[in-house]
Amino acid sequence: MNIRSEILAQFRQVAREQDKRLAPLTDQLELVDSGLDSLCFAIVVTRLEGAVGIDPFSVSEDAPFPVTFGDFISFYENAAK
Amino acid sequence: MPQSSQASLWNALSATEDLSARFVYGAEASIALGDLVAGSTLYGRGDELRGLSVLVTTTNQLTTASALIELDGIVRRIVLCPPDLPLELLPYVIDSADVDAIVSDRPMLDLEIPRAVCLVPCSHEIVPEKCERSAQHQTEWILLTSGTTGLPKLVVHTLTSLAGAIETNSTSADGVIWSTFYDIRRYGGLQIFLRALLTGTSLVLPGAHESPADFLSRAGHHGITHISGTPSHWRRALMSSSAHLIAPRYVRLSGEISDQAILNNLRSQYPQARIAHAFASTEAGVAFDVNDGFAGFPASVINDTPHVEMKVEDRSLKIRSDRNAIRYIGDSHILKDTEGFVDTGDIVELRDDRYYFVGRRDGVINVGGWKVYPEEVEAVINRHGEVQVSLVRTKKNPITGALVVADVVLKAPSQAVDHDGCELKHDILLLCREALSPYKVPAVINFVPALPVDETGKLARRHA
Repeated sequence: MNIRSEILAQFRQVAREQDKRLAPLTDQLELVDSGLDSLCFAIVVTRLEGAVGIDPFSVSEDAPFPVTFGDFISFYENAAK
Repeated sequence: MPQSSQASLWNALSATEDLSARFVYGAEASIALGDLVAGSTLYGRGDELRGLSVLVTTTNQLTTASALIELDGIVRRIVLCPPDLPLELLPYVIDSADVDAIVSDRPMLDLEIPRAVCLVPCSHEIVPEKCERSAQHQTEWILLTSGTTGLPKLVVHTLTSLAGAIETNSTSADGVIWSTFYDIRRYGGLQIFLRALLTGTSLVLPGAHESPADFLSRAGHHGITHISGTPSHWRRALMSSSAHLIAPRYVRLSGEISDQAILNNLRSQYPQARIAHAFASTEAGVAFDVNDGFAGFPASVINDTPHVEMKVEDRSLKIRSDRNAIRYIGDSHILKDTEGFVDTGDIVELRDDRYYFVGRRDGVINVGGWKVYPEEVEAVINRHGEVQVSLVRTKKNPITGALVVADVVLKAPSQAVDHDGCELKHDILLLCREALSPYKVPAVINFVPALPVDETGKLARRHA
C-alpha cells in the first residue's frame, strides 16, 4: 500500500466533502495553508486510521505535530515502519 | 429594581487611573478603552435602553466588546448571541428572554420577531458623547449553550458570578497582554475579556475570518503574554509554523479534556511559559486550574480549592460556588440540585490519587469544543429510506479530541454489499450535510448487522 497516495486521496476527498479549496499539495506546503481546517484534519486522521491501519498521533505523546504536508506524510511513513 | 451604586464594567474601567495604553485589538480595527469610557458605539442611544432586556447579536467581536461595556449596569438584561446562532432561532431567544431591544451591527435583520422590539445599531466607531453611565442595575448576563432539542439553553449569570474567579487586586498585571482563541460571545472567551478589562490589561482578539497563522502573527506583533484556548485550538496552532511568533508567559487550556500529548507539546513549544488547564463550564463557572503539567487533576483539588465546593457523586463532578450560573431561563431545565450543586455531567475516574476526565454522562460528544448530541444526528440518518436504525458514537481524535462516527443497520443488508456500500454511505452523508453543521456530520459510517439493545429496550450507549 502506498501511504502517500492514500494520504493524497484522503486530503482531496475530505476537501471535496467539506467544500474547501485545497492548495496544490507539495511537500513544502504548510498544513495551515492547505485550505483544510481542524475538522477536516480530524476527519483525514480518522479515515487514514481506517485505510492504512495506523494513527501516528496516538503512538507518542511527545511527537511534534507535523507542520508541512511533507512532514505529515513522513509522520505516517515512519509510524508504518 | 434600580439601585444606585452597582459595580459595572464601565464603572470599573472609568475608575482606572490610566487607560491611555489599553486597547482591545481586533483583526481589522481596535478600540481604545480610554475613548470608549468617554464615548459611545451605540450612536449615543444607550439611554434608550435603560432597564430593558437587550439582545446583542453582532458580526464581530469588537462591536460585541464595546456594546457589553456600554450596556452592563444600564440595562436589566444582556442576551449575548454566539456567532454561530442560526438567525432563525432568534425569535425563540427573543421570546424566551423577554427581549425589548436588539443591539446589532448587522445592516438589516430580516426576522419574524414575535414582539415589538427596538433596534439599536452599533459599530466599533466611537462617537464622543457626554453620557451618564452610573450603573443602576445588576445586569443579568444571558449566555446561550446548545441543548438536546436543538434549541439553545439560556443560562443566567451576573457580572459577579462571571468575574468570581478573577483577582482584580492583583499587582501582577504589569506588562500583561491577554489574548484568546475563543470568541468572547461564549463563556470561555468572555472570561478572558473580563479578565483583561478587570485586571487592567489590553486584549488581542481573533478576527472572524482570520487564519490561525495570521492571528498568531498579529498576537506576536502585539507582544501578547497570556493566551487561552481549547486543546483543539492549541493543536491547530501547533500545526502552524507561526506558533513560534508568540512567546507567552502563560498558556491556558479549557473547554475540553486536556490530554498529556497536548500538554507536552505546549511545554516543548513554549518552555518559558506556565501551562495551565482549567475546569470551567457555562453552567458551573470557573472551578479550578491545574498547573502541574499533567492531565487530570490531583484528588486533593476536590477538597482544597478555595471558594469552590466540589464532590464526585455517581462518578460525576458536581460544583457549588458563587461562580455558578444563577438559573436557566424557562422551566424545563433545572440547573442545581437541592443542595445547590451544579452537576457538570463530566465523568471522572480516580487512579493513583488523581482524577481523570473520561467523558460526558449524557453522551454528548465534544468535537473541538462543539457539543454534538448523538440523538440529533441519528434522527437525520434514520430519515434515509434504506436505514433501519443507527447509533452515533464518539471516536477519539488527536486533533479535535473526538469525532462523530455512525454505526448503521440497513433495512436490506444486501444493499451495502451490492453497491460496496460506498454509494449508500455517500448518500447518507449527503443527507447529513444538508441537515447538520459540519462538525455533527459523521466522519465515518460503518454498516453493521445489528445494534446492541439494553434491558430497557433502548440502544445500548456506551457512555463513559
